[in-house]
Amino acid sequence: MAAAMAVVAATSSAQIAPGDLFPSLSAAGLSAESLQRTSGNVVVVDFWASWCAPCKASFAAYSRLQRQFAERGLVIVGVSVDTSPSAYSAFIAKFNPSFVMARDSQQKLVSTVQVPTMPTCYLVDRNGRVRSIHAGFHGDQTERELLGEIEALLDAKAGSP
Amino acid sequence: MTKLRTIVFFGSLALVTALQCGCLTMSATRVRPWERAALADEIMNPDRDPLGGAMAEHVYFSREAASGGRGVGGSGCGCN
Repeated sequence: MAAAMAVVAATSSAQIAPGDLFPSLSAAGLSAESLQRTSGNVVVVDFWASWCAPCKASFAAYSRLQRQFAERGLVIVGVSVDTSPSAYSAFIAKFNPSFVMARDSQQKLVSTVQVPTMPTCYLVDRNGRVRSIHAGFHGDQTERELLGEIEALLDAKAGSP
Repeated sequence: MTKLRTIVFFGSLALVTALQCGCLTMSATRVRPWERAALADEIMNPDRDPLGGAMAEHVYFSREAASGGRGVGGSGCGCN
């Protein structure tokens, strides 16, 4: 029993938390060109799935944020955890997102990050550290919170804590 | 004979304990949020057939003299 609890505790403590370095997005199959774009920039990494209803609602908000802050260097990366390529493609075709997409087909990155729920987004600063985590998508509230945090991070200079 | 009974007793005790430990370990296993695609499938929705649901509810009401109280909202993906 104690061993089982230790396993559960060890698993839960592996979750990425604010202040941690975010793992490389290459694990999710992000192209070299897109990886280059994330380097030294403020990045929002959103984990989503085609079977997740709130993920559908979140795409419009992320597209708005990407358009608003693209010139200031914000890069939003949507990481799909879909194992089915057809489900992934159908979702992309339907919602036509204006931000970078990647498919974590082996679910390697999501297993490393240990997202608490679907969807979850991580706001990563220019130094690659997680600054905030938004578990779930709660419409305008999440968008407002992200907007303020993104603006603060974009205003901060590279190298500052 | 007494020795044999003692061995059988403690052997059974050890077996039961091992099974219980196994069950406890299994209960700690859970489906991760990113693994819920199958749970979110429409086929997992118990209310996907309104006519069948209404008939089952009628049978339940007729036999138990009670109705309702067993609906669960939301989908199976456990999102948000």
